[in-house]
Amino acid sequence: MGYPHQPHQRETTVLSRYFGVKDARTLDGWKKRGGYQALQKALDMAPADIVNAVKESGLRGRGGAGFPTGMKWSFMKPGDGKPHYLCCNADESEPGTFKDRELMRWTPHALVEGCAIGAYAIGAETAYIYIRGEFTEPLYWMNEAVKEAYAAGIIGKNAMGTGKRIDVHVHKGAGAYICGEETALMNSLEGRRGNPRIKPPFPAVSGVFGMPTTINNVETLIAVAPILMNGADWYKNMSLSNPKSTGTKLYSVCGNIERPGTYEVVMGFPFRDFLYDVCGGPLPGRKFKAVIPGGVSVPIQSMAEAEATLMDYEGFVAQDSMLGSGGVILIDDAQSMVAVIARIARFFAHESCAQCTQCREGTAWTTKILERIRDGQGTTEDLDTLLDIAEQMTGKTICVLSDSCATPVVSGIKKFRGEFEALIQGRRFHPVIAAVA
Amino acid sequence: MTPPETLGGLKSPDHASRDHVSHTQHQPVFVADSEARRELDELIPRYPQKMAALLPALWILQRERGWVSDGGMAEVAKLLELTPAYVKGVVTFYTMYHQHPVGKYFIQVCTTSPCGICGAEEVARAFLRHTKAGDLGVTSPDGRFTVIEVECLGACGFATPVMINEDFIESVTPEKVPQLLAALA
Repeated sequence: MGYPHQPHQRETTVLSRYFGVKDARTLDGWKKRGGYQALQKALDMAPADIVNAVKESGLRGRGGAGFPTGMKWSFMKPGDGKPHYLCCNADESEPGTFKDRELMRWTPHALVEGCAIGAYAIGAETAYIYIRGEFTEPLYWMNEAVKEAYAAGIIGKNAMGTGKRIDVHVHKGAGAYICGEETALMNSLEGRRGNPRIKPPFPAVSGVFGMPTTINNVETLIAVAPILMNGADWYKNMSLSNPKSTGTKLYSVCGNIERPGTYEVVMGFPFRDFLYDVCGGPLPGRKFKAVIPGGVSVPIQSMAEAEATLMDYEGFVAQDSMLGSGGVILIDDAQSMVAVIARIARFFAHESCAQCTQCREGTAWTTKILERIRDGQGTTEDLDTLLDIAEQMTGKTICVLSDSCATPVVSGIKKFRGEFEALIQGRRFHPVIAAVA
Repeated sequence: MTPPETLGGLKSPDHASRDHVSHTQHQPVFVADSEARRELDELIPRYPQKMAALLPALWILQRERGWVSDGGMAEVAKLLELTPAYVKGVVTFYTMYHQHPVGKYFIQVCTTSPCGICGAEEVARAFLRHTKAGDLGVTSPDGRFTVIEVECLGACGFATPVMINEDFIESVTPEKVPQLLAALA
C-alpha cells in the first residue's frame, strides 16, 4: 500500500492493507481484522482440499522462482510415516527486496497463520520461520506473535482446540545471503555451514533433518489465508493479464525514484503506469535510465523494455527480464551503469559460499575486471573476458548464485555497452559510487 | 578461573593462549541456573537434532560476551555434543558472529547497489569521520566504535539503513550521523 506513503488508488491492497497500523500487530488487533478465521476454516478442511484450493487459485511462489505453490505442496506425500516440515523462507536478502520485512513487522500474525495453514496442508507438525539475523524488528514482532499465538492456544499441542499439533518456531539466521537458497537454508537450520545441497534429492523427498520438507516464501504463505476466505476464483480474477499469473504481488521499490516503498498491485499491471504514476516517477530533474525489476539477480531492463512490460511472471520474461522477488531498483541518468554493475558483482563475490569453483573464482574475477573498467583501467579485451567468464558461470554450479552474478553483467553489457566502451577508451563517467577510503 | 571441564577440548595453557585476540580466558556463559542456560534448554527441544540449536546458542554467547571466542565455541561445542573445530567451521561461515572483540557500538552501513546509488558510501564515510575509527573494520581508539560496510540489510526503500548493535535505523544521511552518534551513551 505504498508504505511508508499513503496508499495509491490504483493499488489493490490485500496483503499490505495493514502496513503502518500498529494495532494490527497484536493478537487482539489481528483478530479484530478477521485474523485466524482462515486457520479455523482450514483446520475443518481435509489437507488435500486446502492443497486443491491453492492449486486452483494459481498462486505461485513469491520468493523468485514462481513455482506453483499448490503443486509444491502436493509433492508432500501424506501417510509416509515420516515427520514433515514446513520452512518459511524469511531470509529476504536479495538486494532491492524488502517486502517480507514489512509483512513481518506489520502483520506478524498473518505469517503465523499462513505457516499454521501451510503446515497442516502438507501434514507437518512443525514449521520453522528462518529470518535473517539483520532483521531485528521483524524478529522481535514475529517472536511476540508466536508467543501470543501459543498462549492463546492458536498453535501448539492442541491448535485452535482441534487436537491437531502445529508448532511454529522462529529461527534467527546469522548473515549469509546464500541461506535464502532453499537447500542452504535447510543446512543452516540444521546448524551447518550454509552451503547449498545438490538436487536431487529435492526437499519434498529429503529436506531439513533428512525429512520431507516444503519451503515457501513469506508472501506466498500469507497469501493463502485470503485465498481460503475469498475463494480461488476471487484470487484468479484479480489478474489483468495472463491466467498463469494470478492475484496481487508486493513490489519493493527503491533506488533513484520519488516515492520508494512497498506497493501491491494486481498481476498484469502496466509497469509504465506503476513507475511513473503509482511510485511518483524519477527524482526532480532526472530521468530513469534502467530498471532491475526483480532483485539484482535478474536481467537489467532498458527503459523501453520496462515501459512495455506487463507486471506478471510472463510479462517480465517477455521483456527480457524476470519478476524475481519483486525488488524493483531504479537507476537514473546520474549513475554509471558500470559502477552499478561492479557493485552488484562485488555483492555476489562477497556472498559466494565458495563451494563451486565457477562461482568462487568467477564472482571474484568479474568484480576485479568490472572495478578496473569503472576506474578507467579497462582494456578492450575486458568485455569479451567478462562475457566469457559469465558463460562459464551459468548453469554449471550447485545453486544459481553464480548465474545470478553473470546475469546483470551480460544484460548490462548487452544493453549499455556504450558506457563500458567509453570508460575503456578513457572517457570518464562521473562516478557517483566511489570507493570508501 | 574457568573450571577446565567447561572448556571442552581446549584444556592446555597452550590452547588457551590461542585465544589470541583478547588473551583473556573465556568465562562460561551457559552455567547452571543462568538465564542463558534456561534459554538454551528451551531451544533444544524445538529441533529433532541437538545440532540445530547451534546458531541460536552462538547468538546467546555473542549477546553475553560481545563476541565469539575460541573458548566460547568450545563451550557451545561441548553442550551440543560437537567438536570445537566443527563449531568454528560454522562460525566462520556467517558474517554476523564476531570472531574478535568489536567496539561497544558496532555500526553496519549498507552500501549494496540500491543504497549505493542513493549515496550510502557517503554515509559510511561520515561514520568513519565522526567516530574517528580511521578505517572500515577498525575499532576507534577509545574502543567505542567499529564501522563496517555491510551487504544488503534488506531495507533498500529506506536508503541508507544502518544498524547500530541491534538497533535498525532507516533513511540515514551523512547530515544525520553526528546526531545519531551523540545519542549513544
